[in-house]
Amino acid sequence: MAYSEKVIDHYQNPRNVGSFGASSDVKERKDVGVGIVGAPECGDVMQLQIKVGDDGVIEDAKFKCFGCGSAIASSSLATEWIKGKSVDEALEIKNTRIVEELSLPPVKIHCSVLAEDSIRTAIEDYKKKNGQPVAAEAGHGHAH
Amino acid sequence: MNLPIYMDNASTTRTDPRVVEAMLPYFTETYGNSASRNHAFGWGAEAGVDRAREQAASLIGAGPKEIVWTSGATESNNLAIKGAALMYAKAPMGSEGRGHIITCIIEHKAVLDPCKRLEREGFDVTYLEPGSDGIVTADLVRAAIRDDTILVTIMWANNEIGTINDIPSIGAVCREHGVVFHTDATQWVGKMPTDVERDNVDLLSWSGHKIYGPGGVGALYVRRRRPRVRLQAMIDGGGHERGMRSGTLNVPGIVGFGAACEICENEMESERERLLALRLKLENELKGLMDVVEVNGHSERRLPHLTNISFGFVEGESLMMGIKDIACSSGSACTSASLEPSYVLKGLGLGDELAHSSLRLSLGRWSTEEEVDFAIKEIHQAVEHLRALSPLYDLHNEGIDITKIVWQSH
Repeated sequence: MAYSEKVIDHYQNPRNVGSFGASSDVKERKDVGVGIVGAPECGDVMQLQIKVGDDGVIEDAKFKCFGCGSAIASSSLATEWIKGKSVDEALEIKNTRIVEELSLPPVKIHCSVLAEDSIRTAIEDYKKKNGQPVAAEAGHGHAH
Repeated sequence: MNLPIYMDNASTTRTDPRVVEAMLPYFTETYGNSASRNHAFGWGAEAGVDRAREQAASLIGAGPKEIVWTSGATESNNLAIKGAALMYAKAPMGSEGRGHIITCIIEHKAVLDPCKRLEREGFDVTYLEPGSDGIVTADLVRAAIRDDTILVTIMWANNEIGTINDIPSIGAVCREHGVVFHTDATQWVGKMPTDVERDNVDLLSWSGHKIYGPGGVGALYVRRRRPRVRLQAMIDGGGHERGMRSGTLNVPGIVGFGAACEICENEMESERERLLALRLKLENELKGLMDVVEVNGHSERRLPHLTNISFGFVEGESLMMGIKDIACSSGSACTSASLEPSYVLKGLGLGDELAHSSLRLSLGRWSTEEEVDFAIKEIHQAVEHLRALSPLYDLHNEGIDITKIVWQSH
């Protein structure tokens, strides 16, 4: 299968790789939200960490991803897009925009869904840690 | 060294130029129909086919009259399995209990799918489960044989992991119980010594394009004596191939198949030693360079030229992206809609994350040490790049067993 140039670029030069510390440390930090979605048996696991300022703006984002090139590109792109946005603005990012930006074929749409899920999960984690109400919107239940 | 390098010889092989040369006159000069008995064009074509039949038979220790030409190993498997099941069925079409067939869960789909069809048509099928080493033993087969067993079909060597089953012993068990024994030997014949008499095989499938011959041509060995095996034809027509497979013969393809068999027979011994040394180098150096690198399947009972390696915490398809100058296969089926990893690796009981993390590298006649060195370097770099991105590798390094984590299913 041929990948788009943008997917290849994110694969070769992933943006914002890393984390804000070991999993046990970031668990305690109120300014960091963590989203881990997917499962190894499905072939993708995405980990997104966001660092949020007092003003509710995402100052920094880091990702790690076990998955195909499209999954890596989707999560790398997600970190670029959410940086500088408020948490509520970041929640507006829909997977369809990731599909368009990266020209993902139909079999790779789940990668973009996973990226959207990771953004929402990280923000929910941040909100819960800070006693903020979490939107009641249910997660995407997509069958594997 | 030209890039990309080819390490996917278990998928298909480059046609040997000597084979192409042998085929060429049969397109433009000796182009008759081998069934035309009344002119020189036909006689010439028939002579070419007869010679190929001898070359093919010689490679497997059979007689030339025991070779049936087909379009490839998939057709050979279909003819052997469905043809034998229908010939030896214990009850007519439309009834249940038509007979019992034994196969294995890690067979090629060209064996499993015909078995599934027969299951829907009133036959019972037992799917044996090999151990984690991927080997089907004679004891497993013996334990599964019933009074109504009519056919056992077990591959000689596995196409994904290269493990070698004990075909002579399985054949002996079948013989003892009077059960027809078929083996899909697509990955085995031409690479390893084969003798259908010594090895107790009744039906054997193989293919031209896996042995440096042309695509679109295959053969089925059908035993003619002690015991004589009969098959119901799948393709009816002019009664070619002793009524078992009608259709005008693909003369240039068959001539190429024969030439490929002869070259394999002559060069097998030195080729397998050379390829085994290269494969061991590939495996040992990759294991030496990185942690959590597992070679899948039995450690020794494997084909010399094929290896299937899992690189922990790295997803196979992304790994393939990182080694774009190496043509090979991945055990991850992420490109398919199912997201299921290889059923063969899962059949070994390999954890899904390792099944998603595998590469199949298969060497061939033109593989060089320089290419193997290049592959080692490229794979090492790509795995390191992806492990730097992998949340699973972090967890592993933090001492967390990822198989014990309850993942948020989505």
